[in-house]
Amino acid sequence: MSASTYQNWIVERDSDEIVWLRLDVHDNSANVLTNEVFTELQYILTDLAKNIPVGVAITSNKPKGFIAGADVKEFTQIKNQQQALEIIRFGQSIMDQLDQLPCPTIAVINGFCMGGGLELSLACDYRIALDEPSTRFSLPEIRLGIHPGYGGTVRIFRYLSPLIAMDLMLTGRSLDSRQAKKSGLIDQTAPNRLLEHSARKILLNKPPKRKAPRFSKLLNSGLARPLIAILMRKQLAKKALPEHYPAPYALINHWSKHYGNEQKMLQHEAKSVAELSTTPTAKNLVRVFMLQNELKSLADDHPQQVKHVHIIGAGVMGGDIATWCVAQGLEITLQDLKNESLAKAKLRAYKYFKKRLKDRFLIKDAMDRFMLDAQGYGVRKADIIIEAIFENKKVKRELYASLEPKIKKDALLATNTSSIKIEELCDSISDPTRLVGLHFFNPVAKMPLIEIVNGTQTNPNVSQRAINFAKQIGKLPLPTKSSPGFLVNRILTPYMVEAGLLKEAGYSIMEIDLAATTFGMPIGPIELADTVGLDIGLHVAEILSTAYGFKIPSSFKTMVASGTLGKKSGQGFYAWKNGKKVTPKSKTSTNSDTMIQNRLVLRFINEAIACHHEQVVESKNLLDAGVIFGTGFAPFRGGPIHYVESMGTAALLETLDMLHKNYGDRFKADPGWHEFVT
Amino acid sequence: MTETSVYIVDGSRSPFLKARGKPGPFQASDLAVSAARPLLMRQPFAPDELDEVIVGCVGPSPDEVNIARVISLRLRCGNKVPAWTVQRNCASGMQAIDSAYTNILVGKSNLVLAGGAEAMSHSPVLYNRHMVNWLAQLNRSKTPLQKLQTISKLRPKFFTPVIGLLKGLTDPVVGLAMGQTAENLAHLFNLSRTDMDRYAVESHLRLVHAQEHEFLDEIETAFDHNGNAYDHDDGVRPDSSIEKLAKLRPVFDQPFGTITAGNSAQITDGAAFVILASEAAVNKHKLAVMGRLLASNWAAVDPRQMGLGPVHATVPMLAKQNLTINDIDYWELNEAFAAQVLACVAAWKDERYCQTHFGMDKAFGEIPHEQLNIDGGGIALGHPVGASGARIVHHALRVLHRNKAKYGVATICIGGGQGGAVLVENLQ
Repeated sequence: MSASTYQNWIVERDSDEIVWLRLDVHDNSANVLTNEVFTELQYILTDLAKNIPVGVAITSNKPKGFIAGADVKEFTQIKNQQQALEIIRFGQSIMDQLDQLPCPTIAVINGFCMGGGLELSLACDYRIALDEPSTRFSLPEIRLGIHPGYGGTVRIFRYLSPLIAMDLMLTGRSLDSRQAKKSGLIDQTAPNRLLEHSARKILLNKPPKRKAPRFSKLLNSGLARPLIAILMRKQLAKKALPEHYPAPYALINHWSKHYGNEQKMLQHEAKSVAELSTTPTAKNLVRVFMLQNELKSLADDHPQQVKHVHIIGAGVMGGDIATWCVAQGLEITLQDLKNESLAKAKLRAYKYFKKRLKDRFLIKDAMDRFMLDAQGYGVRKADIIIEAIFENKKVKRELYASLEPKIKKDALLATNTSSIKIEELCDSISDPTRLVGLHFFNPVAKMPLIEIVNGTQTNPNVSQRAINFAKQIGKLPLPTKSSPGFLVNRILTPYMVEAGLLKEAGYSIMEIDLAATTFGMPIGPIELADTVGLDIGLHVAEILSTAYGFKIPSSFKTMVASGTLGKKSGQGFYAWKNGKKVTPKSKTSTNSDTMIQNRLVLRFINEAIACHHEQVVESKNLLDAGVIFGTGFAPFRGGPIHYVESMGTAALLETLDMLHKNYGDRFKADPGWHEFVT
Repeated sequence: MTETSVYIVDGSRSPFLKARGKPGPFQASDLAVSAARPLLMRQPFAPDELDEVIVGCVGPSPDEVNIARVISLRLRCGNKVPAWTVQRNCASGMQAIDSAYTNILVGKSNLVLAGGAEAMSHSPVLYNRHMVNWLAQLNRSKTPLQKLQTISKLRPKFFTPVIGLLKGLTDPVVGLAMGQTAENLAHLFNLSRTDMDRYAVESHLRLVHAQEHEFLDEIETAFDHNGNAYDHDDGVRPDSSIEKLAKLRPVFDQPFGTITAGNSAQITDGAAFVILASEAAVNKHKLAVMGRLLASNWAAVDPRQMGLGPVHATVPMLAKQNLTINDIDYWELNEAFAAQVLACVAAWKDERYCQTHFGMDKAFGEIPHEQLNIDGGGIALGHPVGASGARIVHHALRVLHRNKAKYGVATICIGGGQGGAVLVENLQ
């Protein structure tokens, strides 16, 4: 066996005359397709074309994962369309070179395979993947405001029916290796012990390549494509508007108008991506991606790993936090005074694992790590104790006092309070510096953010460990000050209150929600209130109204008093059936009302400005990140502060003043606006 | 030789859940994990610091044959802790404790989790021999014609299932059902149906009393996957009465026998565990101990009189310790059948029986009613065969604590004609 080494590739020729290209991108824990990686691959492929081996196998030398995709950092440096086009054409040309090698080629996929990585594997003749849950296939480019650009939108149709192919690219969703094999995306799966051996056999035997199912021809025909495209656009419009998210529409056009000749389609793919990559949406979505990394990077590089989490309070939050921690591989003990609550939490956990893990051995293992602990035996052994009981200052304080002598010396003591200041909770223990807030959001499994709430007394080391823990369980940590509502609830509440006031002023709930979704919110404030639960929303609103002095619409109180709590009770502002919203049949206009939109959005923005002014979080970026990941604030706008900066303050302040005159002091511009006036 | 002490550190058990005609909510290992997890969680040592895990189980299900290893791994004792399953029919759980005791005595282990688990409601239903032969022939039939021929030989009687549980409760050598061996004892000691029913009612009422006074904090609540919590022994009948029991028909010797479902132990699912430790382990982990295991003994008798096993296990054990019946403060005698418990009590106080079998010059003595099974027994809370032996050893210590007493004996009869006994000393 001979080997030669590049910066990022290890090239080996084995005794069967098969050449192994092992990607190992330097200074990076995961493989990403940088310009350097492509350049080296170009050399390697040119060499191979001169001295053709029996076969070529491409794999990753990283312990985890194949290729995570293109290097998003390089993407942020693109200045104009022309430069984007050059970069894309260069990548495409290397994929072509690989595709055209006269010997058989195989991608040996040992873990996640995303974006450009999947496109690279599609340029190989065969694909074989490790049959582990960690092996995932996806083309997530759409989430960055573009679509695949390295031939993915062309070659994928060789193997998949256009319906599956388009769905993958339009949603960016991922497949596991079993699904990937079933759909045709890959040829074979294998356990680690057989992965490379099987790849070698395939290269030597050269079995027939996989082909898209026969009916695909029909679906890809010139007659069918425009019709299917209409249906796809219709589906898409329910989720994303073309003016907010142009990429999926461009992708549908690309397939519908350019399918056929692969070379021409490649050219159009490059042109389309180059155009998309310079749109504000793409820039802002890349910004969101980078913000996500920024939050992750708040954690230490190699922190001490938490193994055992003790959670007190088996309500929905406590139970779901426990479930999430177990799903991330940890052990939990869940304590509650009532067996009933514990039993319910276990039922919810079981349902979640059954749906997520499927395999009965994995489910059993998860359930064995999910220990119900009425006696609280776990307190003495846990690395971190999370209190998630009802919001009562006195009870919480007494609880901490009783916990303190029992917990391990270096155990982290955290509260999931959503509304009480840490400073008001911590002085029942002898060392108040060890209390920190870990504010999870509901539903825990879906919300990516955790607010790390620092009281003025919280020890920075404790706070840092809380950040590390959040990252360990796959969440995004956002350090905030312990002021009422922290960041997310503080900004959301006035916005939802405004929605309630609009409702009381006679606007329909449909109009109100439409105004918000037209702006780009994932769901409207009324629907959001119903989803969160009106009782919970009201509780938070009451605390914030005391702290910040605003009025709560009386309808909130009467609804909660009558048991109309939203989704969970079956009736809120909307009626809910089986957890789904029943859309009222009224003939309101489908056009969004500008005044409603202004009232909603500007209360939101004004509060965000106030938070920035009061330094609830450390920087503009953290604020934008927190608001996007905590509230779902229109990601394509890049966050509220970024929105203000890109719109300019003059127009926004003018509208705010107008609202102030017409609707009163709640629209009074926060002093923080001055920091933005140029 | 210096005397080595073997300590019982702590113990727990699952609620004993009556089998109700279909597989219960838990497999045997589920019950074991649910009982032993909190037990280990409250110890100052980590589960992987155990030297071994020993579990008694009469009939592990086919997917957990060495059930001790399954339980050990599920309890997160880690890959490196060995685990083995022991089987001595109704005394399997006691055998597990005795094996741990022995290994600690000889210095092979210092810290052991031992106990028993049984899910009798999950015991298998099997194909009968005809069906198995027929299936084998079908498998050998290659051509369609041969297959057709084989299929034509299928007969309705092939479908009669073999109930695994009934097989297990019948002596394979003498061919008597366990209930029939109890009928033998009733005959031998002239026990009346009313005596038995009265004893059975008492068992229920004593369990009710113990439940009401929260004496059973050894139970760890079990939770299934459907949102239900099981926190007590659910076979108990607070409304049990002699009149009601009198109406039941004999199960084994019909129509004139005396053993009924009402005066026999219930078919039940359950698990029970204790932690045993050497002096060294107690010091190393600074363990608070419940008591000491002073002696154990096994004896064998005629399988037709298997219920007398406890008599033969205890008498020599106490003699060897120079203890008499008066030294023992409380007794846990596993209730397989009311007749069997009453027969043991009768044998102990029978001068001739003790002379004949033990060469004593007088009777061993009478165990006062208020020192025997004071919180009820298998008739009220059930007899999950693998677990009962472990339950009574642990419970004997709990009873001693509650009553600030010193010595207790746990003893059990064993299908096939054996008896086991353990002597414990309260150290709290």
